[in-house]
Amino acid sequence: MIENTTLTRPQDIRVDLQLIAQMVEPGSRVLDVGCADGTLLSHLVETKQVDGRGIELSQAGVNACVRKGLSVVQGDADADLSDYPDKGFDYAILSQTLQATHRPKLVMEQLLRVGKKAVVSFPNFAYWRCRTYLAFKGRMPMTSSLDYAWYETPNIHFCTLRDFTVLCEELNIRIQQSIIVGNDGKVLSYPFTSRRANFFAAQCVFMLESQENIRFPHHTSYCW
Amino acid sequence: MPLDCGAMMSDITVAYNTYGTLNEDRSNAILVCHALTGDQFAASRQPLTGKDGWWNIMIGPGKVLDTNRYFIVCSNVLGGCMGTTGPKDINPETGKPYGLEFPIITIGDMVRTQALLQDYLEIPTWFSVIGGSMGGMQVLQWASAYPERCFSAIPIATAAKHSAQNIAFHEVGRQAVMADPDWLGGKYLEQDKNPRAGLAVARMAAHVTYLSESALHRKFGRNLQDRDSLTYGFDADFQVESYLRYQGINFVDRFDANSYLYITRAMDYFDLARDHGGSLPLAFKDTKTRFCVVSFSSDWLFPTTESKDIVRALIAAAANVSFVEIETDKGHDAFLLDTPEMLQTIGGFLKSTAISRGLST
Repeated sequence: MIENTTLTRPQDIRVDLQLIAQMVEPGSRVLDVGCADGTLLSHLVETKQVDGRGIELSQAGVNACVRKGLSVVQGDADADLSDYPDKGFDYAILSQTLQATHRPKLVMEQLLRVGKKAVVSFPNFAYWRCRTYLAFKGRMPMTSSLDYAWYETPNIHFCTLRDFTVLCEELNIRIQQSIIVGNDGKVLSYPFTSRRANFFAAQCVFMLESQENIRFPHHTSYCW
Repeated sequence: MPLDCGAMMSDITVAYNTYGTLNEDRSNAILVCHALTGDQFAASRQPLTGKDGWWNIMIGPGKVLDTNRYFIVCSNVLGGCMGTTGPKDINPETGKPYGLEFPIITIGDMVRTQALLQDYLEIPTWFSVIGGSMGGMQVLQWASAYPERCFSAIPIATAAKHSAQNIAFHEVGRQAVMADPDWLGGKYLEQDKNPRAGLAVARMAAHVTYLSESALHRKFGRNLQDRDSLTYGFDADFQVESYLRYQGINFVDRFDANSYLYITRAMDYFDLARDHGGSLPLAFKDTKTRFCVVSFSSDWLFPTTESKDIVRALIAAAANVSFVEIETDKGHDAFLLDTPEMLQTIGGFLKSTAISRGLST
């Protein structure tokens, strides 16, 4: 097991959530998909006065959220996002959950249907320590933040930073903002399209917008 | 008061109990809505059975519905038989018990009656309206019909409509009552009779639906009742038979058969979406009420899918809603039993809601 991956210690997890929180406008409507015990959501309610809602799979998580006064529904990203109306939220947040969904592509589409914008954070499987783990040990990488053996991990759909940006292109999603986080939770300045980013990023946080939100002149204008 | 069926009803008596003290702002009142065979004795001794209140587990000092903090109101529903006007009462027009001349009542009528009680008690807004099963139907009706009069709503193990299967079970129960020769077309009280056997069978059949297969197996299995071997007869050989017979016989002593017909019918007619042009989200349009919806994994009478329909509609209405499905093998009855996760969820919800309501902690 690798000892050193980022976002392993509590303060580093807070770094991830703080990065997301920085992207959210005060007073907005936020849906946190996979909100766990509501740490991010209550942080957003307190510091950004958002109108926050959550979806969480575990009963213990929902109970913790309800105790904090948060409105959280027991459910999962794969099945239950379809219940939410179009563009009902300013932001749909998916923090460290994409790799655990059954149909990540569908979840991405749903996120950008229910949210005017989506904020997605995930671990980069092309991070150099993962690569060297696989290359030299010849076994599926295990890190202290993702310390499951391959046969019992809930993280069934790992992707790399590059995989993610390709999916965004395919889904006509515009990456409005990106934060690349390297070792020790440090923010790196490489552009997300660079090979270096894909090599040194342990974590990525993206703010996404559907291209359809940007209105082009109607097609009929080309008729004549 | 006009009823949904078109009839008018005047001189309605409402029997209710209260626990705790109403604060100066009159802002700490919680309405507890009882289920089909419940009554207003939610946390006090039932006079006919001598048993503790049906929701003692929830209501009391330091409990989830903390009588040191909240003013708890629980009233017998319209059509009931524990003091609120119902079919066993005297019809002023005939001087005889109503029997089947009692008008058909609905969940809406029950809630309208409770709203009159709320006016009478001079409580502008319930801090919360809470109930399980048919009590949960009343909670949903409250939130839909009087959103400004309930700050929060806790529907437990319930549905926004009564399912075909549930209507079917109710019909079995009603037919059992009506098939009893002592029912006498509903006029049994006039001749000092009681369709005891029919009502007991109705209760036995219904009671099975309140449990789960695994709970029945855990409690009774195939264990024999006070005997070592089968008797090769129709005596209650099995513990489960003996238990059901006991449930049936005891029920008859405290419940009126016609009330059972009327209240089951009210549940059958409940369909909140139909009342809003087929759209359940419209029933909760622009609601400011905070919701906490609770279901139980082994409840097959009001399964989680029914609660999820409610949650889905509330989400579509952009309501403040929390939802949890509690893992338990206790079946529908779980809301009446010591189910720690339910107590935690509702306790947490009420505490945080009290803060936003400005109730001192």
